[in-house]
Amino acid sequence: MENIVFLIFRRMRAPLLILVLTYSIAILGLVLIPGRDADGNVWHMDFFHAFYFVSFMASTIGFGEIPYEFTAGQRLWVSFSIFFTVVVWLYSIGTVLALLKDETFQHALTERRFARQIKRMREAFYLVCGYGQTGEALVKSLTDRNQHAVVIDILQDRVNLLKLENLREYVPGLCGDARLPAHLLEAGLNHPRCRGVVALTNSNEANLKVAITSKLLHPEIEVICRADSHDIEANMASFGTDYIIDPFDTFALHLATAIQAPCLSLLQDWLSMGHSDLLKDPVYPPCEGLWVICGYGRFGKAIYDKLIREGLEVIVVEANPDTTGIPSTAFVMGRGTEANTLMEADIERAAGLVAGTDNDANNLSIIMTARELNQDLFVIMRQNRKDNDPVIEAVRADMVMLPSEIIANQIRVLLGAPMQHQFVKLVLHQEDEWACELISRISALVTSHAPEVWEVAFTEEDSHAVCAHVRRGEQLTLAQLMIDPRNRETNLPCIPLMLLRHNEWVLLPDPELSVQKDDHFLFCGSHYGRDRMEWTLQNENALSYILTGEARPEGWIWRRLINKGAT
Amino acid sequence: MNPEKVLFGFFIVLALTLNFGFFVGDLDNPDHHHVYELFAVIVVNLVATILKFGDRTQMGAVLLATSLVAMLQLFAAALVWTMVVHVTGTGLTSVAMASIVSLSGGAMLANVISVILLIIETVMLRR
Repeated sequence: MENIVFLIFRRMRAPLLILVLTYSIAILGLVLIPGRDADGNVWHMDFFHAFYFVSFMASTIGFGEIPYEFTAGQRLWVSFSIFFTVVVWLYSIGTVLALLKDETFQHALTERRFARQIKRMREAFYLVCGYGQTGEALVKSLTDRNQHAVVIDILQDRVNLLKLENLREYVPGLCGDARLPAHLLEAGLNHPRCRGVVALTNSNEANLKVAITSKLLHPEIEVICRADSHDIEANMASFGTDYIIDPFDTFALHLATAIQAPCLSLLQDWLSMGHSDLLKDPVYPPCEGLWVICGYGRFGKAIYDKLIREGLEVIVVEANPDTTGIPSTAFVMGRGTEANTLMEADIERAAGLVAGTDNDANNLSIIMTARELNQDLFVIMRQNRKDNDPVIEAVRADMVMLPSEIIANQIRVLLGAPMQHQFVKLVLHQEDEWACELISRISALVTSHAPEVWEVAFTEEDSHAVCAHVRRGEQLTLAQLMIDPRNRETNLPCIPLMLLRHNEWVLLPDPELSVQKDDHFLFCGSHYGRDRMEWTLQNENALSYILTGEARPEGWIWRRLINKGAT
Repeated sequence: MNPEKVLFGFFIVLALTLNFGFFVGDLDNPDHHHVYELFAVIVVNLVATILKFGDRTQMGAVLLATSLVAMLQLFAAALVWTMVVHVTGTGLTSVAMASIVSLSGGAMLANVISVILLIIETVMLRR
């Protein structure tokens, strides 16, 4: 606020001074020059009339010569002063208008508006630094779940984009450098409602700076960072960054899981999808035979390491081995977009192909060329830009890796559903058969769309009816909770995935288990199931119907009547 | 020597001296107080006020406040003058003159404070 006032004052100093000086010269001249009144007597204009006359003369309104017609001397003076007062008047008006359109001034205004919005935040929010593809996807999925976010980006264009986006919650955006602590503070780093900081800029250094600033200035909050170099990851981990997400490693791990245990990876896929997405079919990457990796960059290296660890035969194709380095196994120099390079890499007998360069056009070309040489290839494509979606869909790769989506998805689960995150982590230690069984149970519940995953906490606030029931010392089993409150003959389409009780995780809890207060459950199932269960949790009548099969009298009079009848 | 400071000091002191020049004389005698002097006082005070704009220090804020007070008083004086001469037509009676001059006296007090502050600031600067 003060900034703006001072800015105006400073800028207005010169024009105002000149305005005052010219006005006083013009007024003084009019007062000094003798005129004549209607009777021809010598008459001196007074200050009041001179001020009045100059005011309308300078603004070129022009009411004529008042109060008496001017003499030649007065007219001479007025014709001079018209020019300089009008010029000065236009100059000072112009300065004010220029000031209003001035970028510094506008920036000061928007910053002030932004700061006020942040101060008024009444709900928990996440501070997202960097509104690129990843940031966009993350903010969208956060707001779709009614969570709040604040965005900082260094480019004004991207912040403008945020305003055009049709989001469910209002997301304030600031154009500024997230590396500067001042901007982070302005965006609410110190705000008591700030739950976490997510650093998603495309520069590792910037993310590092954001992480360290946040950890120092507000140590209690969660810090989640994107990083794609192992050095930076180690650096971030050293000062306690809560989660570091490397899209390439994440995807490579996913691929390795898919090779070893296709059901496990499908289960992970299904649970982490948005519930409006269509269900994916399982993918079966070949677990033996030759793999050709085109591009030995960060992505290629991550995949290479995993495949080698799986004991597969790998040939790498890379155009610039000087910058990327050379793997210890077979290596072919070239881009992979030409048939002869691919032939050299034995594409004809290969089982899998990874098109992993940082150029979408090259990746597409690699896939097309390779398919001509070998039709049965399992193809993994690295997609670099989200806006290439239509072409990439057309090429029908078996797996597509889009870094921004991977990061956004992971962070969404991390922030929105911590239990789900824990579940996916625990599942990795299970056998593939276990996952296959669970997959078939889930697919019986849902149709073409991904299952919904939700958490249930048995607290007074979230499940009033259940808590009241348990407090009365009565038993309630998990299976009873999964009865449809509309018709107790049927069960709700849902599966309890996990239980958190006294800091212990239990996978697939037994339905006959009786629930306790402060239990946390993770369910998956259809939207209908989630809706109905909410009803049971909160509404005592629905719960008693489930347990007894009778609708309890709701009103006071009815309760009295029933009680009387009983005694 | 800073030319900005010279100009600043010049206008603040000039505002006071002109104000004093208008103020001296019999309180209710129109012959002792000329309208040109009042005009000069107002113009110089306006300039001094504008020069004080945009100073972010505490001293600057108080200086600006005193100037605004002086301006308010002087505008009131000019308004009274215009009213009695042109609007009501009673002319410069001794009552009207006394109120004009006392208003300008108040403005002078504000100007004195301005100058004192200026002196204090200069002394504290020690260079």
